Amino acid sequence: MGPVESLRHFIPELVLLGGAFTAFFLDFLLKNKRLVGYFALLTIVAAACLLKAPPKESLDLFYGFFHLDGFANLFRVLALIAVAATILIAFGFSPLRDRYEGEFYGLFLFMAFALITVAAANNLLMIFLSVEFVSILSYLLAGFLKNDLKAKESAVKYLLFGSVCSAVMLYGMSLLFGAAGSIDLPAIARVVDSPAMKPLGMIGLLCFFVGLGFKISMAPFHMWAPDVYEGAPTPVTAFLTVAPKALGFAVLMRVLASVFGESYRDWRQVLMWLSILTMTLGNLTAISQTNIKRFLAYSSIAQAGYILMGLAVFPSPLGKDGVLIYLFAYLFTNLGAFAVVSSVGDRTGSDEIASYSGLSERAPVSAALMTVFLLSLTGIPPLAGFLAKYYVFAAAVEARFITLVVVAAVNSAVAAYYYFRVIRTMYLVPADQPALPKPPVSAAAVTWLMAAGVLGIGLFPGFFIKLILG
Amino acid sequence: MIIPLPHVLLFSLALFGIGAYGVLTRRNIIGILISIELMLNAAGINLIAFSKTTALAPETGQIFAVFVIAIAAMTATVGLAIVLALYRARKTVFADEVNLLKW
Repeated sequence: MGPVESLRHFIPELVLLGGAFTAFFLDFLLKNKRLVGYFALLTIVAAACLLKAPPKESLDLFYGFFHLDGFANLFRVLALIAVAATILIAFGFSPLRDRYEGEFYGLFLFMAFALITVAAANNLLMIFLSVEFVSILSYLLAGFLKNDLKAKESAVKYLLFGSVCSAVMLYGMSLLFGAAGSIDLPAIARVVDSPAMKPLGMIGLLCFFVGLGFKISMAPFHMWAPDVYEGAPTPVTAFLTVAPKALGFAVLMRVLASVFGESYRDWRQVLMWLSILTMTLGNLTAISQTNIKRFLAYSSIAQAGYILMGLAVFPSPLGKDGVLIYLFAYLFTNLGAFAVVSSVGDRTGSDEIASYSGLSERAPVSAALMTVFLLSLTGIPPLAGFLAKYYVFAAAVEARFITLVVVAAVNSAVAAYYYFRVIRTMYLVPADQPALPKPPVSAAAVTWLMAAGVLGIGLFPGFFIKLILG
Repeated sequence: MIIPLPHVLLFSLALFGIGAYGVLTRRNIIGILISIELMLNAAGINLIAFSKTTALAPETGQIFAVFVIAIAAMTATVGLAIVLALYRARKTVFADEVNLLKW
């Protein structure tokens, strides 16, 4: 489809892009930077309202450079929810309140656009450009706080790790392009099966996976995650643990589905061991953490391991559904948990788990909601996390990956231990500090919305599954 | 005279290797950023070499390479901005002295 006809299907993205530039312009004009934030939120709501139901057959917009199908549409929704929730969390985050606040919201509108292009990328050039777009915005956002030493350090580490992984990914892409003679994923699929080009193509694919593995914080490319997540401003951490990771999985699923047809079976073992390694490393290191952001960072690495379970069995439709459901359940749960961390951290001035002691008396609502989110991360019914875990476990059992299932079950038990440790600190350790003031309305609202999502998915799974899988 | 493809590939591999070595051994963050640029350029050389030999449509590789140059410039811009901010806050540009966050 040519560019002019494509615009008709591209309206939400145009709204986001126009909104992003307008937000930066408004930032010049307005004294009250919070208004830019409201404008950003309005833009996202407008874009969400303009989203059309996915077409039955996929649309190749802009000569195939923007591949719009049901799958991409699902991730559009995910990206918009994540960005909107992050902006709401940021409203209640006081270190951000200075004259740069407007830029923060503008950058997030660009981020929403970038995430959507990742979801719709269907050839090597677009995958590289969109993934870089998201990465570079993430580096900037991680180091956004001007006078925060930890934020600066996390930005530098993210930048160095991220750029090296991007360079390796690009080198892999150049080899793939050489082997296939084309940047389209279906053309590359033909190369993987042809013996003459196989060695070159294989090396290319391996390098390509390094870049994607970095994005989803898969072991052994997870080293950056805890440092970046601890140092970045809490709303940005909330966002980084969810959206770029989900979109990394989207690209991975697209590549696996279109490049590996028959030859996929050889890769299942590799993905299975990577899944085991990721969840075990994440869980074991999470046990000894004392900072809640770092703790949730390791827990998010472990969660990536569970999501990889769904990919390890990928040709089975159950595995694919499991990944999609997991990503949505994880979106609500993790954003909710970080919303609480952000609002509690803002009121106590500390992100240590010790400062949560007696939270049930000092801020009963925050403590109760945090418990809901932690239970959902553990996978206790009737919460969203249970449904998600149920799906990936079922997929693994169906594919007869018994080792994987056993390791994952043991890991879940370990995870339950450290999630309950935080709940214990909140409810059983006596309070030694005074009660906390009420959180601002926006922070309370986003926490309640995420809790409603977690409970809704858990209580009405049928409705939710139908919504996602159609 | 046309340079055969394997020679170009070996050259780009060497460039990539030098870049990777620099990333792993340099202390200075700006040195690391320059090494990353070498790695990106190695991929760019690959793209151009392949667009002349194996590609179905030579333009694809050339355009890809142009985008790679643009992205490399962007990475350098953002990277130097972040390093400058780090230097203002910490008065150091050495990677091993940036060690507040650890487990």
